[in-house]
Amino acid sequence: MRYLPLTPEDRAAMLNTIGAASVDDFYQDVPISARLSGLIEGLPNHQGELAVERHMAALAGKNRTASDGPFFVGAGAYKHHVPASVDMIIQRSEFLTTYTPYQPEIAQGTLQTLFEFQTQVAAMTAMDVANASMYDGSTACAEAAVMACRVTRRKKVVLSGGLHPHYAAATRLLCEAQGIEVIELEPAIDGELELANHVDDATACVIGQSPNVFGTVTDLSPVADAAHAQKALLVSVFTEAVSLGLVTPPGEMGADIAVGEGQSIGNPLTFGGPYVGLFACTQKLVRQMPGRLCGETVDADGERGFVLTLSTREQHIRRDKATSNICTNSGLCALAFTAHMTLLGGKGFAQLAQLNHETACDLADALEAVPGVNILTPRFFNEFAFETPVDAEAVLAMLDERGVLGGVRVSRMLPDAGMGKVIIAAATECTTQDDIAAYAAALKEVV
Amino acid sequence: MGMQTIGRPTAPVVSESGSVQTVSGSKGLLQHEDLIFEIGDAEKTGVDLPVPSGRADRLGGVTRQHATGLPGLTEPEAVRHYMRLSQRNYAIDLGLFPLGSCTMKHNPRLNEKAARMPGFADIHPMQPQRTVQGALELINELATWLKTLTGMPAVAMSPKAGAHGELCGLLAIRQALISRGEGETRKRVLVPASAHGTNPATAIQCGFIVDEIAADARGRVDMADLKGKLESTDDIAGIMLTNPNTCGLFETDIKEIADLIHAAGGYFYCDGANFNAIVGRVRPGDLGVDAMHINLHKTFSTPHGGGGPGSGPTVLSDALAPFAPVPFVVKDADGFHLVEDVEGEGAEAFGRMVAFHGQMGMFVRALTYMLSHGADGLKQVAEDAVLNANYIQARLKDVMTPAFEGYCMHEALFSDAFTADGIETIDIAKALIDEGYHPMTMYFPLVVHGAMLIEPTETESKQELDRFCDALRVVAERAAAGDEALKAAPYLAPKTRLDETRAARKPILKWTPPAPEAIAAE
Repeated sequence: MRYLPLTPEDRAAMLNTIGAASVDDFYQDVPISARLSGLIEGLPNHQGELAVERHMAALAGKNRTASDGPFFVGAGAYKHHVPASVDMIIQRSEFLTTYTPYQPEIAQGTLQTLFEFQTQVAAMTAMDVANASMYDGSTACAEAAVMACRVTRRKKVVLSGGLHPHYAAATRLLCEAQGIEVIELEPAIDGELELANHVDDATACVIGQSPNVFGTVTDLSPVADAAHAQKALLVSVFTEAVSLGLVTPPGEMGADIAVGEGQSIGNPLTFGGPYVGLFACTQKLVRQMPGRLCGETVDADGERGFVLTLSTREQHIRRDKATSNICTNSGLCALAFTAHMTLLGGKGFAQLAQLNHETACDLADALEAVPGVNILTPRFFNEFAFETPVDAEAVLAMLDERGVLGGVRVSRMLPDAGMGKVIIAAATECTTQDDIAAYAAALKEVV
Repeated sequence: MGMQTIGRPTAPVVSESGSVQTVSGSKGLLQHEDLIFEIGDAEKTGVDLPVPSGRADRLGGVTRQHATGLPGLTEPEAVRHYMRLSQRNYAIDLGLFPLGSCTMKHNPRLNEKAARMPGFADIHPMQPQRTVQGALELINELATWLKTLTGMPAVAMSPKAGAHGELCGLLAIRQALISRGEGETRKRVLVPASAHGTNPATAIQCGFIVDEIAADARGRVDMADLKGKLESTDDIAGIMLTNPNTCGLFETDIKEIADLIHAAGGYFYCDGANFNAIVGRVRPGDLGVDAMHINLHKTFSTPHGGGGPGSGPTVLSDALAPFAPVPFVVKDADGFHLVEDVEGEGAEAFGRMVAFHGQMGMFVRALTYMLSHGADGLKQVAEDAVLNANYIQARLKDVMTPAFEGYCMHEALFSDAFTADGIETIDIAKALIDEGYHPMTMYFPLVVHGAMLIEPTETESKQELDRFCDALRVVAERAAAGDEALKAAPYLAPKTRLDETRAARKPILKWTPPAPEAIAAE
């Protein structure tokens, strides 16, 4: 077995040193009825690299990739180009195969990159501070809601009708388990500002999204004002991190907490995970933040160094009084994110965002020219909703037959919203003019 | 002039303290590296993007007012930046990483290769399901392995990490209690004092109340204390028990504990963090477990990545299976499909924990690992992990203080009783760094004073274990002798001891540009 270094002679010598007759001695505390006599049934025995690789390649080969043809699927995860060096950096053993940096003297590599990550995320969201990442955007959103309740000592949160339905579901689940009331506004393509009419003195936070799940960008400043007038917080959500390069970021709209998905930067689609949740807030709230934080300090020689800090918020110190049960962050995905951002720089990031928007504008122009197509999203970044006279599931299936993955039907996420003919389509820097032309031509045939 | 020194001995500058000073701040191969904000340039970029046309007509004026100001680096600069930083990290690929309860085993590179196949890495979670049948088949295949290895009938695949799996298990318990009409009355969850901090934190997150059970002198659940806590049963929701536990011991009375909890009307959550010790030899389903998360990044070798991403699929008993969260994969005549809504096939689900379907990248790695090992190899994994831990315990027990008598499972636990006054566990840990090893887990579990928890895993050779034990024996003897020099260790790491108190007192959580007067003074 290629991953097990002990030889039979080693095992015998070690048992001898220990004074045990066989490894069975070590399992003597297992109840007799639960001791397996042989191998577990129903599973194959070990295989060589070649056989395993063939098996995995066969499974992989049954999937259509985002690079196989015109591709416009978004709604919370986005096909972007990742520079080759990013994947090479995260495959460095020193990053890939190390643990949480609990021993900072021999983990400065991880810690310094986390410090840089936090600085980048704070700048991108225009917030004061950011943590060292969360599992993903949806769990970051749920944690933001319960954090707002801790901060305000209130137990009601209001979700906009444009919040990604999966984010709303994850938030509702965690809140309800903690006895927090969740008010969800009706699904609405352009309804973020409606949040301002649903804040009262019992509201802990309102959660709005820009760009929202339908792609609509909204300046949430009026919502922030309405929330703050009632001493409630604004949680500002995004699922497309590239938008921060062009669209008004949470900190410029008065958000108290900003959360979002960072997958778009540095991380492949990978069928939904692992991704990297971004979490930022105002300085005032930092001690109520969930998740890991990296901070600057000095070593015994007075030299600058970095450590995990404010761990008195965390479960391994505070146990039942922790701000969250989170133990792990999304370290390697955060490294991919920060490495890609370092390559982009602020200038490249803004340029990337601009390219995304322009491509989506071109797509909208092309689809709008198809008879029967109606663009529903009034203001967008790189994604928008549109309607045709035909059921969206049928449209997408017919597009698929023509080699085009045309987007996400709203009915898959919101089956009861009465939006059966609405499709959400995204374009990125990976989308070519040929892709757009192919989409428009195919759509013309099917609607 | 530089040419003339070739082949001649050169004399570095040696300071009064005996350490070598360099102009650059580098120490040979360990090169000094500043933050990207200090070396980068806001006008520079390491990507060559097409020039935009500048149209912004569909944004409606919702535009960013202030640039991020973030610096960029070209590719050669960026690659060097991260390579230099990487040199400051210890990693399992460099040597033994004996963090107890963390299962730092070798991460096979085939796993990485498989995860990067475009058919896995370049597929979108919301593509039409007919275009991702291989992905759904993979999830189903991994689920079958997990159910078979644990002897459990169902598994929820979406939890993002171990603690998230705990959340999944407790939310399933909560939903089961609600369906019994006892959601409001059964709120008490029993948690042993030796538990991971995530256990009580998770219970609280789910709206439960934590009731702590003591450990007995054998490092197991104190049965008398447990029975006392079960005198009144109508408020019992369940128990969260790690097995093998965080003392590295199998809970001898586990079946009786399961029976007691079930008789009390509660459910048995097992923290599966230490599944590596028993995989292939014991099925948790045979022990009366109702829910258990499995850390794919521990037992099934997906990389820890400096703190994630993890993955925490959670197996469920028949009693809890109906409440498993959406989405889940179902196979029918047409192939595989995802149940994504809390209706129809998912009507009893307790809800949705995350966007999309779980940590697919980790699923690919874990299944690759399982297929490589097979049923026979996984049994050997557990046995070698336990053998290695017992070997370490045997080789150290005369110079350190084993916390409990008898054999251990996958990790050896010592207390600090053998150290001289003034020498602490942390001093031993830091001295191990100088010897070229990552320290063991320190001060955990809390039930043992100055705990040192050593988990070697099965991927260490006997030679590596011997080298480690030889080094740790010497450090332990120095600690017993009260060697004050240990207090300032490590001496040979990239950094000396870092001031964590200072970091927490006035947190600096991001880089800020130096004030103008400071620049002028330079």
